[in-house]
Amino acid sequence: MNTIHQTAHASSDPIIRIRDLVFRRGSRTILDGINIDIPRGSVVAFMGPSGVGKTTILRLISGQLRPDAGTVEVNGQRVSAMSDRALHHFRRSIGVLLQDGALFTDLTVFENIATPVREHTDLPEPLLRRLVMSKLNAVGLGGIEERMPHELSGGMARRVAFARAVVLDPDIMLYDEPMTGLDPIAVSTIRTLMRETNDTLGQTSIVVSHNVTQVRQFADYCYIIASAKIAGEGPPEQLVGSSEPSVDQFMNGRVEGPIPFHYAPPGAAWSLLD
Amino acid sequence: MPAETTTLARLTGPATEAGRCLLFLFRMLSGIRPRAEHLRLVLQQTYLIGARSLVIIMICGFFVGMVLSLQAINALEQFGASDQVSLLVGKSLFRELGPVLTALLFAGRAGTSITAEIGLMKATNQLEAMELMAIDPVQRVALPRFLAGVISVPLLTAMFSALAILGSVVFSIGVMGLDAGIFWSKLQTGVYFGKDFLGGVWKSLLFGGIVSLIAVYLGYAAKPTGAGVGTATTNTVVLSSVLILIFDFIMTSFLT
Repeated sequence: MNTIHQTAHASSDPIIRIRDLVFRRGSRTILDGINIDIPRGSVVAFMGPSGVGKTTILRLISGQLRPDAGTVEVNGQRVSAMSDRALHHFRRSIGVLLQDGALFTDLTVFENIATPVREHTDLPEPLLRRLVMSKLNAVGLGGIEERMPHELSGGMARRVAFARAVVLDPDIMLYDEPMTGLDPIAVSTIRTLMRETNDTLGQTSIVVSHNVTQVRQFADYCYIIASAKIAGEGPPEQLVGSSEPSVDQFMNGRVEGPIPFHYAPPGAAWSLLD
Repeated sequence: MPAETTTLARLTGPATEAGRCLLFLFRMLSGIRPRAEHLRLVLQQTYLIGARSLVIIMICGFFVGMVLSLQAINALEQFGASDQVSLLVGKSLFRELGPVLTALLFAGRAGTSITAEIGLMKATNQLEAMELMAIDPVQRVALPRFLAGVISVPLLTAMFSALAILGSVVFSIGVMGLDAGIFWSKLQTGVYFGKDFLGGVWKSLLFGGIVSLIAVYLGYAAKPTGAGVGTATTNTVVLSSVLILIFDFIMTSFLT
Protein backbone atom coordinates (compact mmCIF):
# COMPACT_ATOMS: atom_id res chain seq x y z
CA MET A 1 0.00 0.00 0.00
CA ASN A 2 2.76 2.38 0.94
CA THR A 3 4.56 1.92 -2.32
CA ILE A 4 1.40 2.72 -4.27
CA HIS A 5 0.92 5.71 -2.06
CA GLN A 6 4.42 6.98 -2.48
CA THR A 7 4.22 6.68 -6.24
CA ALA A 8 0.98 8.58 -6.16
CA HIS A 9 2.44 11.05 -3.73
CA ALA A 10 5.21 11.83 -6.13
CA SER A 11 2.76 12.46 -8.97
CA SER A 12 2.02 16.08 -9.82
CA ASP A 13 -1.75 15.83 -9.45
CA PRO A 14 -2.79 15.67 -5.82
CA ILE A 15 -6.56 15.84 -5.22
CA ILE A 16 -6.03 18.19 -2.28
CA ARG A 17 -3.26 20.77 -2.24
CA ILE A 18 -2.73 23.06 0.72
CA ARG A 19 -0.16 25.86 0.47
CA ASP A 20 1.27 28.17 3.17
CA LEU A 21 -1.91 27.86 5.19
CA VAL A 22 -2.30 30.24 8.13
CA PHE A 23 -5.35 30.21 10.38
CA ARG A 24 -5.84 32.35 13.49
CA ARG A 25 -8.48 32.47 16.19
CA GLY A 26 -8.28 35.90 17.76
CA SER A 27 -4.64 36.42 18.64
CA ARG A 28 -3.91 32.68 18.72
CA THR A 29 -2.31 31.17 15.64
CA ILE A 30 -3.82 27.71 15.18
CA LEU A 31 -2.06 26.75 11.95
CA ASP A 32 1.05 28.50 10.70
CA GLY A 33 2.42 27.90 7.22
CA ILE A 34 1.11 24.38 6.54
CA ASN A 35 1.84 22.66 3.20
CA ILE A 36 0.07 19.42 2.39
CA ASP A 37 -0.45 17.34 -0.78
CA ILE A 38 -2.97 14.54 -0.64
CA PRO A 39 -2.78 12.10 -3.55
CA ARG A 40 -5.93 10.69 -5.18
CA GLY A 41 -7.02 7.35 -3.77
CA SER A 42 -5.07 7.48 -0.55
CA VAL A 43 -6.08 7.35 3.10
CA VAL A 44 -4.30 10.12 4.97
CA ALA A 45 -4.41 10.66 8.71
CA PHE A 46 -3.92 13.87 10.65
CA MET A 47 -2.69 13.21 14.14
CA GLY A 48 -1.64 15.31 17.07
CA PRO A 49 -2.60 16.26 20.59
CA SER A 50 -6.16 17.45 21.30
CA GLY A 51 -6.93 21.06 20.47
CA VAL A 52 -4.03 21.40 18.07
CA GLY A 53 -6.11 22.25 15.00
CA LYS A 54 -6.63 18.89 13.29
CA THR A 55 -10.37 19.42 13.00
CA THR A 56 -9.65 22.96 11.82
CA ILE A 57 -7.84 21.50 8.80
CA LEU A 58 -10.92 19.39 7.96
CA ARG A 59 -13.10 22.49 8.25
CA LEU A 60 -10.77 24.43 5.98
CA ILE A 61 -10.97 21.64 3.39
CA SER A 62 -14.79 21.50 3.58
CA GLY A 63 -14.97 25.29 3.32
CA GLN A 64 -16.63 25.82 6.73
CA LEU A 65 -13.69 28.01 7.69
CA ARG A 66 -11.61 30.30 5.52
CA PRO A 67 -7.85 30.66 5.97
CA ASP A 68 -6.22 33.93 7.02
CA ALA A 69 -3.49 33.32 4.46
CA GLY A 70 -2.56 30.61 1.98
CA THR A 71 -4.76 28.41 -0.20
CA VAL A 72 -6.72 25.18 -0.03
CA GLU A 73 -7.31 23.56 -3.43
CA VAL A 74 -9.48 20.52 -4.05
CA ASN A 75 -9.50 19.05 -7.56
CA GLY A 76 -7.77 22.20 -8.76
CA GLN A 77 -10.48 24.50 -7.38
CA ARG A 78 -9.67 26.95 -4.61
CA VAL A 79 -12.08 26.16 -1.76
CA SER A 80 -10.89 29.25 0.08
CA ALA A 81 -12.17 31.52 -2.71
CA MET A 82 -15.51 29.81 -3.47
CA SER A 83 -18.80 31.69 -3.38
CA ASP A 84 -21.58 30.24 -1.23
CA ARG A 85 -23.21 28.76 -4.34
CA ALA A 86 -19.96 27.16 -5.51
CA LEU A 87 -19.34 25.83 -2.01
CA HIS A 88 -22.82 24.33 -1.95
CA HIS A 89 -22.09 22.54 -5.23
CA PHE A 90 -18.63 21.46 -4.07
CA ARG A 91 -19.96 19.88 -0.88
CA ARG A 92 -22.00 17.38 -2.88
CA SER A 93 -18.71 15.74 -3.82
CA ILE A 94 -17.53 15.32 -0.24
CA GLY A 95 -18.81 13.11 2.54
CA VAL A 96 -18.22 13.96 6.16
CA LEU A 97 -18.48 11.77 9.23
CA LEU A 98 -18.61 14.01 12.29
CA GLN A 99 -17.26 13.02 15.67
CA ASP A 100 -20.59 11.92 17.21
CA GLY A 101 -22.26 10.92 13.94
CA ALA A 102 -24.80 13.79 14.22
CA LEU A 103 -27.77 11.71 13.05
CA PHE A 104 -31.03 13.64 12.69
CA THR A 105 -32.80 12.68 15.90
CA ASP A 106 -36.31 13.27 14.55
CA LEU A 107 -35.93 10.92 11.58
CA THR A 108 -35.74 7.14 11.28
CA VAL A 109 -32.51 5.45 10.19
CA PHE A 110 -33.95 5.09 6.69
CA GLU A 111 -34.91 8.76 6.42
CA ASN A 112 -31.53 9.80 7.81
CA ILE A 113 -29.72 8.04 5.00
CA ALA A 114 -32.32 9.11 2.43
CA THR A 115 -32.09 12.82 3.33
CA PRO A 116 -29.10 13.78 1.12
CA VAL A 117 -30.57 11.75 -1.77
CA ARG A 118 -34.01 13.34 -1.49
CA GLU A 119 -32.44 16.78 -1.25
CA HIS A 120 -30.09 16.50 -4.23
CA THR A 121 -31.75 14.08 -6.64
CA ASP A 122 -35.21 13.29 -7.94
CA LEU A 123 -34.76 9.56 -7.62
CA PRO A 124 -38.09 7.68 -7.71
CA GLU A 125 -39.09 6.14 -4.39
CA PRO A 126 -38.42 2.45 -5.29
CA LEU A 127 -34.90 3.27 -6.50
CA LEU A 128 -34.25 5.46 -3.48
CA ARG A 129 -35.32 2.57 -1.27
CA ARG A 130 -32.93 0.18 -3.01
CA LEU A 131 -30.05 2.66 -2.74
CA VAL A 132 -30.59 3.31 0.96
CA MET A 133 -31.03 -0.38 1.76
CA SER A 134 -27.88 -1.30 -0.17
CA LYS A 135 -25.87 1.23 1.85
CA LEU A 136 -27.42 0.02 5.07
CA ASN A 137 -26.59 -3.58 4.15
CA ALA A 138 -23.05 -2.55 3.28
CA VAL A 139 -22.51 -1.38 6.85
CA GLY A 140 -24.06 -4.61 8.11
CA LEU A 141 -27.23 -3.06 9.49
CA GLY A 142 -29.96 -4.29 7.14
CA GLY A 143 -33.26 -4.56 9.04
CA ILE A 144 -32.91 -1.58 11.38
CA GLU A 145 -34.21 1.01 8.88
CA GLU A 146 -37.35 1.83 10.84
CA ARG A 147 -35.56 2.43 14.15
CA MET A 148 -35.00 5.89 15.60
CA PRO A 149 -31.44 7.08 16.31
CA HIS A 150 -31.94 6.98 20.09
CA GLU A 151 -32.63 3.24 19.85
CA LEU A 152 -29.17 2.53 18.44
CA SER A 153 -25.92 1.76 20.23
CA GLY A 154 -22.97 4.13 19.74
CA GLY A 155 -21.32 1.83 17.21
CA MET A 156 -24.52 1.31 15.23
CA ALA A 157 -25.22 5.06 15.15
CA ARG A 158 -21.71 5.70 13.82
CA ARG A 159 -22.24 3.08 11.10
CA VAL A 160 -25.57 4.63 10.10
CA ALA A 161 -23.85 8.03 9.94
CA PHE A 162 -21.19 6.41 7.78
CA ALA A 163 -23.84 5.02 5.42
CA ARG A 164 -25.41 8.50 5.22
CA ALA A 165 -22.04 10.11 4.46
CA VAL A 166 -21.30 7.72 1.56
CA VAL A 167 -24.83 7.45 0.13
CA LEU A 168 -24.10 9.82 -2.77
CA ASP A 169 -20.70 8.15 -3.45
CA PRO A 170 -18.51 11.19 -2.69
CA ASP A 171 -14.99 11.52 -4.14
CA ILE A 172 -13.54 12.65 -0.85
CA MET A 173 -14.39 11.45 2.65
CA LEU A 174 -13.56 13.50 5.72
CA TYR A 175 -13.61 11.70 9.06
CA ASP A 176 -13.44 13.60 12.35
CA GLU A 177 -12.35 11.21 15.11
CA PRO A 178 -14.43 8.36 13.65
CA MET A 179 -13.47 5.86 16.32
CA THR A 180 -13.64 7.91 19.50
CA GLY A 181 -15.85 6.44 22.22
CA LEU A 182 -16.50 3.11 20.48
CA ASP A 183 -15.84 -0.40 21.76
CA PRO A 184 -12.96 -2.36 20.17
CA ILE A 185 -15.25 -4.37 17.86
CA ALA A 186 -17.00 -1.23 16.61
CA VAL A 187 -13.60 0.42 16.12
CA SER A 188 -12.44 -2.44 13.89
CA THR A 189 -15.71 -2.39 11.96
CA ILE A 190 -15.47 1.34 11.24
CA ARG A 191 -11.79 0.98 10.35
CA THR A 192 -12.49 -1.82 7.88
CA LEU A 193 -15.45 0.06 6.38
CA MET A 194 -13.33 3.17 5.89
CA ARG A 195 -10.50 1.33 4.18
CA GLU A 196 -12.73 -0.89 2.01
CA THR A 197 -15.02 1.90 0.87
CA ASN A 198 -12.02 4.02 0.02
CA ASP A 199 -10.44 1.31 -2.11
CA THR A 200 -13.56 -0.05 -3.82
CA LEU A 201 -15.06 3.34 -4.68
CA GLY A 202 -11.73 4.94 -5.49
CA GLN A 203 -12.22 7.64 -2.90
CA THR A 204 -9.69 9.74 -1.08
CA SER A 205 -10.06 9.73 2.68
CA ILE A 206 -8.79 12.13 5.29
CA VAL A 207 -9.01 10.99 8.86
CA VAL A 208 -8.45 13.03 11.99
CA SER A 209 -7.54 10.77 14.85
CA HIS A 210 -5.32 10.49 17.87
CA ASN A 211 -5.46 6.75 18.05
CA VAL A 212 -1.91 5.78 17.08
CA THR A 213 -2.55 2.02 17.02
CA GLN A 214 -5.57 2.33 14.72
CA VAL A 215 -3.95 4.81 12.37
CA ARG A 216 -1.06 2.42 11.85
CA GLN A 217 -3.54 -0.16 10.62
CA PHE A 218 -5.42 1.82 7.99
CA ALA A 219 -3.55 4.96 6.94
CA ASP A 220 -1.17 5.18 3.98
CA TYR A 221 0.35 8.42 5.09
CA CYS A 222 0.27 10.45 8.24
CA TYR A 223 0.79 14.07 9.24
CA ILE A 224 1.53 14.99 12.83
CA ILE A 225 0.50 18.50 13.79
CA ALA A 226 2.05 20.10 16.86
CA SER A 227 2.47 23.74 17.84
CA ALA A 228 0.66 25.00 14.69
CA LYS A 229 3.15 23.29 12.36
CA ILE A 230 3.61 19.91 10.73
CA ALA A 231 5.96 18.22 13.17
CA GLY A 232 6.37 15.10 11.09
CA GLU A 233 4.98 13.27 8.08
CA GLY A 234 5.36 9.91 6.44
CA PRO A 235 3.92 6.42 6.46
CA PRO A 236 2.83 5.61 10.05
CA GLU A 237 5.40 2.82 10.47
CA GLN A 238 8.20 5.25 9.76
CA LEU A 239 6.83 7.83 12.17
CA VAL A 240 6.82 5.43 15.11
CA GLY A 241 10.58 5.17 14.87
CA SER A 242 11.07 8.87 14.19
CA SER A 243 13.85 10.71 15.98
CA GLU A 244 12.01 14.05 15.74
CA PRO A 245 11.20 14.88 19.40
CA SER A 246 7.52 16.01 18.99
CA VAL A 247 6.74 13.02 16.75
CA ASP A 248 8.43 10.61 19.13
CA GLN A 249 6.61 12.14 22.11
CA PHE A 250 3.19 11.86 20.44
CA MET A 251 3.58 8.45 18.75
CA ASN A 252 4.89 6.90 21.95
CA GLY A 253 2.69 8.85 24.37
CA ARG A 254 5.37 10.45 26.55
CA VAL A 255 4.58 13.24 29.01
CA GLU A 256 8.04 14.78 28.70
CA GLY A 257 8.85 16.43 25.40
CA PRO A 258 8.49 19.56 23.33
CA ILE A 259 4.64 19.44 23.35
CA PRO A 260 3.95 21.31 26.58
CA PHE A 261 1.73 20.16 29.45
CA HIS A 262 0.70 23.76 30.14
CA TYR A 263 -1.65 25.47 27.69
CA ALA A 264 -0.03 28.92 28.18
CA PRO A 265 3.73 29.47 28.20
CA PRO A 266 5.30 29.61 31.69
CA GLY A 267 5.07 33.10 33.14
CA ALA A 268 1.67 33.77 31.63
CA ALA A 269 0.09 31.38 34.12
CA TRP A 270 -0.20 32.17 37.82
CA SER A 271 2.66 31.26 40.06
CA LEU A 272 2.74 30.01 43.64
CA LEU A 273 5.74 32.21 44.34
CA ASP A 274 4.02 35.54 43.58
CA MET B 1 -15.55 55.24 28.56
CA PRO B 2 -16.57 51.69 29.51
CA ALA B 3 -19.79 53.04 31.04
CA GLU B 4 -20.58 54.78 27.76
CA THR B 5 -19.87 51.65 25.79
CA THR B 6 -22.21 49.56 27.90
CA THR B 7 -24.99 52.15 27.70
CA LEU B 8 -24.51 52.33 23.95
CA ALA B 9 -24.43 48.55 23.72
CA ARG B 10 -27.63 48.35 25.76
CA LEU B 11 -29.33 50.75 23.41
CA THR B 12 -28.08 49.25 20.17
CA GLY B 13 -28.12 45.60 21.29
CA PRO B 14 -31.86 44.97 20.83
CA ALA B 15 -31.86 46.92 17.56
CA THR B 16 -28.96 44.83 16.22
CA GLU B 17 -30.72 41.66 17.30
CA ALA B 18 -33.98 42.77 15.67
CA GLY B 19 -32.05 43.53 12.48
CA ARG B 20 -30.47 40.08 12.53
CA CYS B 21 -33.87 38.53 13.08
CA LEU B 22 -35.31 40.35 10.05
CA LEU B 23 -32.31 39.36 7.91
CA PHE B 24 -32.97 35.80 9.00
CA LEU B 25 -36.58 36.20 7.82
CA PHE B 26 -35.42 37.44 4.41
CA ARG B 27 -32.93 34.58 4.19
CA MET B 28 -35.73 32.10 4.86
CA LEU B 29 -38.22 33.65 2.46
CA SER B 30 -35.70 34.15 -0.35
CA GLY B 31 -35.18 30.39 -0.45
CA ILE B 32 -38.80 29.31 -0.94
CA ARG B 33 -38.89 26.82 -3.80
CA PRO B 34 -41.97 24.94 -4.95
CA ARG B 35 -40.48 21.49 -4.35
CA ALA B 36 -42.53 18.48 -3.35
CA GLU B 37 -39.98 17.62 -0.64
CA HIS B 38 -40.33 21.07 0.96
CA LEU B 39 -44.11 21.00 0.75
CA ARG B 40 -44.04 17.66 2.53
CA LEU B 41 -41.90 19.16 5.31
CA VAL B 42 -44.26 22.12 5.74
CA LEU B 43 -47.27 19.79 5.97
CA GLN B 44 -45.46 17.56 8.45
CA GLN B 45 -44.60 20.54 10.66
CA THR B 46 -48.11 21.93 10.38
CA TYR B 47 -49.32 18.64 11.78
CA LEU B 48 -46.65 18.49 14.50
CA ILE B 49 -46.97 22.05 15.79
CA GLY B 50 -50.48 22.95 14.62
CA ALA B 51 -52.65 19.89 14.92
CA ARG B 52 -51.00 18.82 18.15
CA SER B 53 -51.81 22.20 19.75
CA LEU B 54 -55.53 21.65 19.02
CA VAL B 55 -56.50 20.05 22.32
CA ILE B 56 -55.06 22.76 24.58
CA ILE B 57 -56.47 25.50 22.32
CA MET B 58 -59.95 23.91 22.34
CA ILE B 59 -60.06 23.39 26.10
CA CYS B 60 -58.88 26.95 26.78
CA GLY B 61 -61.30 28.38 24.20
CA PHE B 62 -64.27 26.60 25.76
CA PHE B 63 -63.54 27.89 29.25
CA VAL B 64 -62.73 31.41 28.08
CA GLY B 65 -66.18 31.47 26.40
CA MET B 66 -67.84 30.29 29.62
CA VAL B 67 -66.08 32.76 31.92
CA LEU B 68 -66.64 35.61 29.47
CA SER B 69 -70.37 34.88 29.44
CA LEU B 70 -70.47 34.60 33.22
CA GLN B 71 -68.84 38.02 33.66
CA ALA B 72 -70.90 39.59 30.87
CA ILE B 73 -74.20 38.34 32.22
CA ASN B 74 -73.29 39.56 35.74
CA ALA B 75 -72.46 43.02 34.42
CA LEU B 76 -75.32 43.29 31.89
CA GLU B 77 -77.96 42.08 34.35
CA GLN B 78 -77.62 45.35 36.26
CA PHE B 79 -79.02 47.16 33.23
CA GLY B 80 -81.45 44.43 32.34
CA ALA B 81 -79.49 43.76 29.18
CA SER B 82 -78.32 40.21 29.70
CA ASP B 83 -79.76 39.21 26.31
CA GLN B 84 -76.91 41.19 24.72
CA VAL B 85 -74.37 38.66 26.03
CA SER B 86 -73.67 37.00 22.64
CA LEU B 87 -72.89 40.38 21.09
CA LEU B 88 -70.37 41.23 23.78
CA VAL B 89 -68.79 37.77 23.79
CA GLY B 90 -68.66 37.63 19.97
CA LYS B 91 -67.12 41.07 19.46
CA SER B 92 -64.49 40.69 22.18
CA LEU B 93 -63.62 37.17 21.02
CA PHE B 94 -63.22 37.75 17.29
CA ARG B 95 -61.46 41.09 17.67
CA GLU B 96 -59.18 40.54 20.65
CA LEU B 97 -59.31 37.50 22.84
CA GLY B 98 -59.31 34.88 20.09
CA PRO B 99 -56.18 36.04 18.25
CA VAL B 100 -54.26 37.20 21.35
CA LEU B 101 -54.94 34.24 23.64
CA THR B 102 -54.38 31.72 20.83
CA ALA B 103 -51.04 33.33 19.97
CA LEU B 104 -49.98 33.38 23.64
CA LEU B 105 -50.94 29.71 24.05
CA PHE B 106 -49.22 28.85 20.78
CA ALA B 107 -46.02 30.57 21.97
CA GLY B 108 -46.07 28.47 25.12
CA ARG B 109 -47.03 25.20 23.50
CA ALA B 110 -45.36 25.23 20.06
CA GLY B 111 -42.93 28.18 20.14
CA THR B 112 -40.95 26.68 22.99
CA SER B 113 -40.73 23.26 21.37
CA ILE B 114 -39.53 24.80 18.08
CA THR B 115 -36.77 26.78 19.84
CA ALA B 116 -35.69 23.85 21.99
CA GLU B 117 -35.68 21.46 19.03
CA ILE B 118 -33.61 23.71 16.76
CA GLY B 119 -31.28 24.66 19.63
CA LEU B 120 -30.72 21.00 20.42
CA MET B 121 -30.12 20.17 16.76
CA LYS B 122 -27.46 22.87 16.80
CA ALA B 123 -25.91 21.59 20.03
CA THR B 124 -25.69 18.05 18.65
CA ASN B 125 -24.08 19.21 15.36
CA GLN B 126 -27.09 18.19 13.27
CA LEU B 127 -27.21 21.61 11.62
CA GLU B 128 -23.49 21.43 10.85
CA ALA B 129 -24.00 17.95 9.37
CA MET B 130 -26.70 19.37 7.09
CA GLU B 131 -24.45 22.18 5.89
CA LEU B 132 -21.79 19.61 5.09
CA MET B 133 -24.31 17.65 3.03
CA ALA B 134 -24.95 20.83 1.04
CA ILE B 135 -28.37 21.14 2.65
CA ASP B 136 -29.17 24.64 3.89
CA PRO B 137 -30.50 24.21 7.45
CA VAL B 138 -32.34 27.53 7.20
CA GLN B 139 -34.38 26.11 4.31
CA ARG B 140 -34.65 22.61 5.64
CA VAL B 141 -35.24 23.21 9.36
CA ALA B 142 -36.26 26.83 9.96
CA LEU B 143 -38.47 27.62 6.95
CA PRO B 144 -40.93 24.69 7.26
CA ARG B 145 -41.47 25.45 10.97
CA PHE B 146 -41.96 29.15 10.27
CA LEU B 147 -44.48 28.55 7.48
CA ALA B 148 -46.26 25.92 9.56
CA GLY B 149 -46.68 28.50 12.34
CA VAL B 150 -48.06 31.12 9.96
CA ILE B 151 -50.55 28.56 8.60
CA SER B 152 -51.50 27.10 11.99
CA VAL B 153 -52.16 30.16 14.14
CA PRO B 154 -55.13 31.59 12.13
CA LEU B 155 -56.68 28.11 11.95
CA LEU B 156 -56.14 27.55 15.67
CA THR B 157 -57.64 30.99 16.33
CA ALA B 158 -60.74 29.94 14.42
CA MET B 159 -61.00 26.78 16.53
CA PHE B 160 -60.46 28.78 19.72
CA SER B 161 -63.25 31.22 18.83
CA ALA B 162 -65.62 28.45 17.75
CA LEU B 163 -65.13 26.60 21.03
CA ALA B 164 -65.49 29.85 22.99
CA ILE B 165 -68.85 30.50 21.32
CA LEU B 166 -69.82 26.94 22.21
CA GLY B 167 -68.77 27.62 25.82
CA SER B 168 -70.88 30.74 25.80
CA VAL B 169 -73.86 28.81 24.43
CA VAL B 170 -73.50 26.14 27.09
CA PHE B 171 -73.33 28.70 29.88
CA SER B 172 -75.77 31.35 28.69
CA ILE B 173 -78.46 29.11 27.23
CA GLY B 174 -77.82 25.87 29.09
CA VAL B 175 -77.04 27.19 32.56
CA MET B 176 -78.52 30.69 32.72
CA GLY B 177 -81.53 29.85 30.59
CA LEU B 178 -81.26 32.70 28.06
CA ASP B 179 -83.33 32.42 24.89
CA ALA B 180 -81.44 30.63 22.12
CA GLY B 181 -83.10 32.59 19.32
CA ILE B 182 -82.12 35.94 20.82
CA PHE B 183 -78.59 34.70 21.48
CA TRP B 184 -77.99 33.69 17.85
CA SER B 185 -79.78 36.63 16.24
CA LYS B 186 -77.79 39.18 18.30
CA LEU B 187 -74.59 37.41 17.29
CA GLN B 188 -75.62 37.33 13.64
CA THR B 189 -76.70 40.96 13.36
CA GLY B 190 -74.19 42.61 15.69
CA VAL B 191 -70.91 40.92 14.77
CA TYR B 192 -69.63 41.94 11.32
CA PHE B 193 -67.72 39.59 9.06
CA GLY B 194 -65.31 42.18 7.63
CA LYS B 195 -64.63 44.41 10.60
CA ASP B 196 -64.76 41.92 13.44
CA PHE B 197 -63.98 38.49 12.01
CA LEU B 198 -61.48 39.37 9.26
CA GLY B 199 -59.81 41.92 11.55
CA GLY B 200 -59.07 39.06 13.89
CA VAL B 201 -57.81 36.87 11.05
CA TRP B 202 -55.25 39.53 9.97
CA LYS B 203 -54.10 39.82 13.54
CA SER B 204 -53.69 36.09 13.97
CA LEU B 205 -51.68 35.88 10.73
CA LEU B 206 -49.30 38.54 12.04
CA PHE B 207 -49.10 36.92 15.48
CA GLY B 208 -48.40 33.53 13.91
CA GLY B 209 -45.56 35.12 11.95
CA ILE B 210 -44.14 36.87 15.02
CA VAL B 211 -44.18 33.81 17.29
CA SER B 212 -42.78 31.45 14.66
CA LEU B 213 -40.08 33.87 13.54
CA ILE B 214 -38.91 34.45 17.11
CA ALA B 215 -39.04 30.73 17.88
CA VAL B 216 -36.96 29.64 14.87
CA TYR B 217 -34.56 32.58 15.10
CA LEU B 218 -33.82 32.15 18.82
CA GLY B 219 -33.37 28.42 18.34
CA TYR B 220 -31.00 29.02 15.47
CA ALA B 221 -29.06 31.70 17.37
CA ALA B 222 -28.99 29.77 20.67
CA LYS B 223 -25.66 29.00 22.31
CA PRO B 224 -25.11 25.29 21.62
CA THR B 225 -25.15 24.28 25.29
CA GLY B 226 -27.82 23.05 27.70
CA ALA B 227 -28.01 26.45 29.42
CA GLY B 228 -28.02 28.28 26.08
CA VAL B 229 -30.98 26.29 24.77
CA GLY B 230 -32.81 26.79 28.09
CA THR B 231 -32.35 30.56 27.95
CA ALA B 232 -33.42 30.70 24.31
CA THR B 233 -36.61 28.75 25.12
CA THR B 234 -37.52 31.13 27.95
CA ASN B 235 -36.77 34.13 25.74
CA THR B 236 -39.11 32.78 23.07
CA VAL B 237 -42.07 32.88 25.44
CA VAL B 238 -41.18 36.23 27.01
CA LEU B 239 -40.33 38.03 23.80
CA SER B 240 -43.22 36.71 21.74
CA SER B 241 -45.76 37.44 24.51
CA VAL B 242 -44.57 41.04 24.83
CA LEU B 243 -44.49 41.55 21.06
CA ILE B 244 -47.95 40.02 20.59
CA LEU B 245 -49.45 42.52 23.03
CA ILE B 246 -47.55 45.48 21.54
CA PHE B 247 -48.51 44.59 17.98
CA ASP B 248 -52.06 43.90 19.08
CA PHE B 249 -52.40 47.53 20.15
CA ILE B 250 -50.71 48.82 16.98
CA MET B 251 -52.90 46.71 14.70
CA THR B 252 -56.08 47.51 16.58
CA SER B 253 -55.44 51.23 16.29
CA PHE B 254 -54.96 50.87 12.53
CA LEU B 255 -57.86 48.51 11.92
CA THR B 256 -60.52 50.45 13.80
